[in-house]
Amino acid sequence: MLVRLLKNHLKISAKQVISRNYVETAAHSIKTYEKIKQKREEAWTGGGQHKIDTHHEKGKLTARERILLFCDDDSFVEYDMFVEHTCTDFGMDKMKFPGDSVVTGHGLVHGRPLFIFSQDATVFGGSLSSVHARKICKIMDQAISVGAPVVGLNDSGGARIQEGVESLAGYADIFQKNVLASGVVPQISLIMGPCAGGAVYSPAITDFTFMVEDTSCLFITGPDVIRSVTNENVTSQQLGGSNIHTEISGVAHKSFENDIEALLQLREFMGFLPQSNKSPVPIRVCDDPCDLDVPILETIVPRITTAPYDMLDVILAIVDERDFFEIMPKYAENMIVGFARMNGRTVGIIANQPKVAAGCLDINAAVKAARFVRFCDAFNISLITLVDVPGFLPGVHQEHNGAIRHGAKLLFAYAEATVPKLTVITRKAYGGAYITSSSKHLRGDVNYAWPSAEVAVMGAKSAASVLYKNKLNIEELEKEYIEKFASPFPAAQKGYVDDIIEPKTTRWRLCRDLNLLATKKLENPPKKHGNMPL
Amino acid sequence: MAFKNNSKLFSKLCSCCGKANVHFGKHKRSQHTTGAIIDPNNEAIFKKVLIANRGEIACRIIRTAKRMGIKTVAVYSVADSQARHVKMADEAVFIGPSSATESYLNIDKIMEAIKQTNADAVHPGYGFLSENTEFVRILESRENVAFIGPSAEVISKMGDKLESKRTAMDAGVNVIPGFDQIVTDAEHCVQIARVVGYPVMIKASAGGGGKGMRIARNDHEVREGFLLSTQEAESSFGDSRMLVEKFIENPRHIEIQILGDQYGNVIYLNERECSIQRRNQKVIEEAPSVFLDTTTRQKMGEQSVSLCKKLNYSNAGTVEFLVDQKRNFYFLEMNTRLQVEHPITECITGIDLVHQMFRLAKGHKLNIKQEDVEINGWAIESRVYAEDPYKNFGLPSIGKLYKYKEPNGIPGVRCDSGVEEGSKITMHYDPLICKLVCHGKTRKEAIEISKQALDSYVIRGIEHNIPFLRDILTQQKFIEGNISTDYLPQVYPEGFQGITLGVRDRHKLVAVAGALYATNELRSRSFINIPDFKIRSGKAEREKWKLFIRFDDNEEVYVNVAQTNGQFRIEVAANVFCVDKNEINLSSPIMELTVNGTGNVVQLLSWNASGEYQIIFNGNNYKFYILTEQASNYLNLMPKKLKKVKLNKICAPMAGLVKLIFCSVGDKVIEGQELLVIESMKMQNFIVAQSNGTIKYVNFNIGDTVTNGDVLVELE
Repeated sequence: MLVRLLKNHLKISAKQVISRNYVETAAHSIKTYEKIKQKREEAWTGGGQHKIDTHHEKGKLTARERILLFCDDDSFVEYDMFVEHTCTDFGMDKMKFPGDSVVTGHGLVHGRPLFIFSQDATVFGGSLSSVHARKICKIMDQAISVGAPVVGLNDSGGARIQEGVESLAGYADIFQKNVLASGVVPQISLIMGPCAGGAVYSPAITDFTFMVEDTSCLFITGPDVIRSVTNENVTSQQLGGSNIHTEISGVAHKSFENDIEALLQLREFMGFLPQSNKSPVPIRVCDDPCDLDVPILETIVPRITTAPYDMLDVILAIVDERDFFEIMPKYAENMIVGFARMNGRTVGIIANQPKVAAGCLDINAAVKAARFVRFCDAFNISLITLVDVPGFLPGVHQEHNGAIRHGAKLLFAYAEATVPKLTVITRKAYGGAYITSSSKHLRGDVNYAWPSAEVAVMGAKSAASVLYKNKLNIEELEKEYIEKFASPFPAAQKGYVDDIIEPKTTRWRLCRDLNLLATKKLENPPKKHGNMPL
Repeated sequence: MAFKNNSKLFSKLCSCCGKANVHFGKHKRSQHTTGAIIDPNNEAIFKKVLIANRGEIACRIIRTAKRMGIKTVAVYSVADSQARHVKMADEAVFIGPSSATESYLNIDKIMEAIKQTNADAVHPGYGFLSENTEFVRILESRENVAFIGPSAEVISKMGDKLESKRTAMDAGVNVIPGFDQIVTDAEHCVQIARVVGYPVMIKASAGGGGKGMRIARNDHEVREGFLLSTQEAESSFGDSRMLVEKFIENPRHIEIQILGDQYGNVIYLNERECSIQRRNQKVIEEAPSVFLDTTTRQKMGEQSVSLCKKLNYSNAGTVEFLVDQKRNFYFLEMNTRLQVEHPITECITGIDLVHQMFRLAKGHKLNIKQEDVEINGWAIESRVYAEDPYKNFGLPSIGKLYKYKEPNGIPGVRCDSGVEEGSKITMHYDPLICKLVCHGKTRKEAIEISKQALDSYVIRGIEHNIPFLRDILTQQKFIEGNISTDYLPQVYPEGFQGITLGVRDRHKLVAVAGALYATNELRSRSFINIPDFKIRSGKAEREKWKLFIRFDDNEEVYVNVAQTNGQFRIEVAANVFCVDKNEINLSSPIMELTVNGTGNVVQLLSWNASGEYQIIFNGNNYKFYILTEQASNYLNLMPKKLKKVKLNKICAPMAGLVKLIFCSVGDKVIEGQELLVIESMKMQNFIVAQSNGTIKYVNFNIGDTVTNGDVLVELE
């Protein structure tokens, strides 16, 4: 049937060949075909070979190379390759590049789909035109409806000045989409070049911001503006390089040595994340036994209660294959947060680091952990909290800078979270910091204490000096306090910890609990949204 | 089980498990697992022994004591509070700070522990107080506690170089020919040299560490050497007195194990060859020695026995000899304690030395006759140290053993260790992790077992010398038994550089790497709860990888990996390798991979998403990068980054009190070295150097308060 139809069609075509009219039509379609081919080729070369070469010289891959390396082979599907900018002023109508200054589409990373945009600095410096913004918004809309992550590879000089307010409107559209997508699909920004002015707010709204060392920077006002306004001389790296944002400002979550490392690590990172707030947390095939004791956990916490130890040792011993993707490793180092897997299932880990500043909670640590807890809660990732916290950091500087409202963020985040919350107190859990750290009182599902745990209002010395002011036998009283509170018993007797466990059993217990809690159902009262102390 | 059947009434030691057994008539395999030493004569035993030591030797002694039914007491310092010997013992006494001088070497603390636990015997192990005459004298003065070892008098005699040599001479033991008095001048030196015979060694009486020592091969060299050594000794020790003796070229270090009772009976348990040494520390020992013939062995043994009889020596001891190329042997010194390498003697003789030490100290008679001592097979001990073998044949490495598995499952392997998974290797004590003792029927078999055991050893968390040990065992010279105390510097003149693989083995290693990478890639996309997302059929799952591998030494290889029928087919240059997919388990600390039909032991130490892999392949460590061809092409576009700038200023991370300072101006420090401790919030925080350098300023003193950001130490 089909064959016959085709034959008929061909017969008719053969006749028509004679017609002159058809020649014209054919010529037109051939021309169209060629034009498509030509435009595609143009799009593939971005701003031209010369621009690509200078771009490479700066130690950067092109927008398309980045996508190819990031996505699985042959998986990238491009949208809007023929879109051109609409500006006609300043002679811009004569300078058009198919696709304009951004490459968008979707692809696979380790077999799972995601949407991606990659700004092309070889076209108008990657500046944001209205169509550039529209392209980004298009994939974001689709990402939200499909339920797949959005990854942005940022490398843009800023707004397309020639377009004026249209460019600004473009930014606003992106920000709005970012906000709507927040908590619906994971959004990740990888800054691979400059990202300045209003543009910075998109990465700032997304869930994670990563940077490439030396070649990327983030700032609101650049060195030139700063020089003219305040007479300060500063380079763009000193102002907003990866060191600044990963160590001092806390704007970026991690940095990588170069484009290659950044993209490969980002691929790895994506493996931890669920596709959306409605998708399950990925469970990867796991060969690491999750039913065995881990002896090293017995020897990590020193017998001397004031001696420091590395909480990372505990984390690595608990998680699958010692594989831990740390978030913000260089910022507020007294708090460790990051992703790992337990029996293949992604978990978020929040832990005090006794090695740095005694693991106390301060403004930066509280904010760092709070944002991480909220991300995990938004995307159904179970929380494992390892507690060794002597309290909030005392100090005039801390109080004057609002330790109260910043500390409240972490408290709020934990209290609000409905995902499975597992807590292990490895040593100290004092005062308000104890309550904050995923305690039973904040709806902790499983709370364990190691034998070395001490749950108390404060350290024995301070407690004794408050309780027995001006008493002579204060040392004796301090001893009494230690006897009474410097152990896991008081909390266990009240049921505030569910059990006192041998440290070496921690891994298999947590794995078992996670399985049990996989079906946990808990909902907060309906509301528009809470009013977190920002 | 290499024992002959016998009905001797002394305890035998199982070659595979190190457990002692008494053999009544036929040797039964089941006896090895029960392990209790049943004494047929119902001999009296000590009730409770305190082991004044730590680590592997404490564990070793506790094992035998337990089998004999003796209660055990361990002592421990702060650093050892969770150590294995503490867990093994029936009782444990805390004896003080980590530093050995304040704990294991502190006689008062040990005496206090003895008193507290009512121990009736003390086993000193080796090192620490084992040859301390003062300690032994105190014990001898007590009535109710015995020292397991010889008398203080003997220890003191053998502890003195000149006196031990004189005693040996008196007992008819060969000593190195020389002049045991001070040489007056150069001409006097020449005269003696001629009598002794060239070559000679001129050495400072007060000498040590190679200073003031010279070898001379003729009269001229003697004159010159004497003057130079005199000057050097004068400036180094302020003592220019000189000795001269015969220089033994390329000597072997061979020692004789002896046992003596309190009734004048002494036997020798044959020899141990300990020639493989570095910086005078033994690395690999074996028993018997390839070099000794029956006559030499007997002569050495008899001379050792005669020395011990002269001394009235009781308990276990070792007489050390230097043996020259013509099998002349010369007395070196006598060790009046249990030696580190005693297990190899136990393997070939089947005698539990610790058991005998307990018996002899209790005053029992030797129950072994010289003619009963046999040589049964061959035993090799490899000392597994926590050290980096690539630096000066081994620089100590500290850390925690987060993964630790001994190769105990291999027949003929005995592991004497004092650590377990989770143990901490500290800077306070000896870096010995384990004595890997392998017993085979022949030397060849013992070497094979050793290699297999080293390959299967899993140690994570610290650097260790297994690659070095394994390389020694594979050297042709070692296999031939052609060794001397200069072996290591001769075979490794540039130090140990790691094993260099041939092209074929290199390609095999690359193939394994490719297979690991492919497995990793496949696993990254296998989610239990997420179905495969397919765009185009056949494309969704990757089947082929074009990879690029760059080694630490910058060698670069391209590899093609494809998966077929449960195998990875890997093309490296013109070679094709097949690796079984099922044998690869990225979580397992150790994998046995069949590559083209032959087995290879592979340990995946670490990997990351950037493509950095670290594996152990047949006993040696390799580091490399694996990238896809595409990524490696892109990598060529990336600029090579310069090394990070030194961080010369070390700032306080918090406000607090300076509690301790470990460094002073002018000290050379290395990255990660602890410089000072700041106490804050009742917590001690170690401040470490962030780069290598020399201390320029230390800006605070102990007790000072610092605030956040203060520069504590400056380096240059």
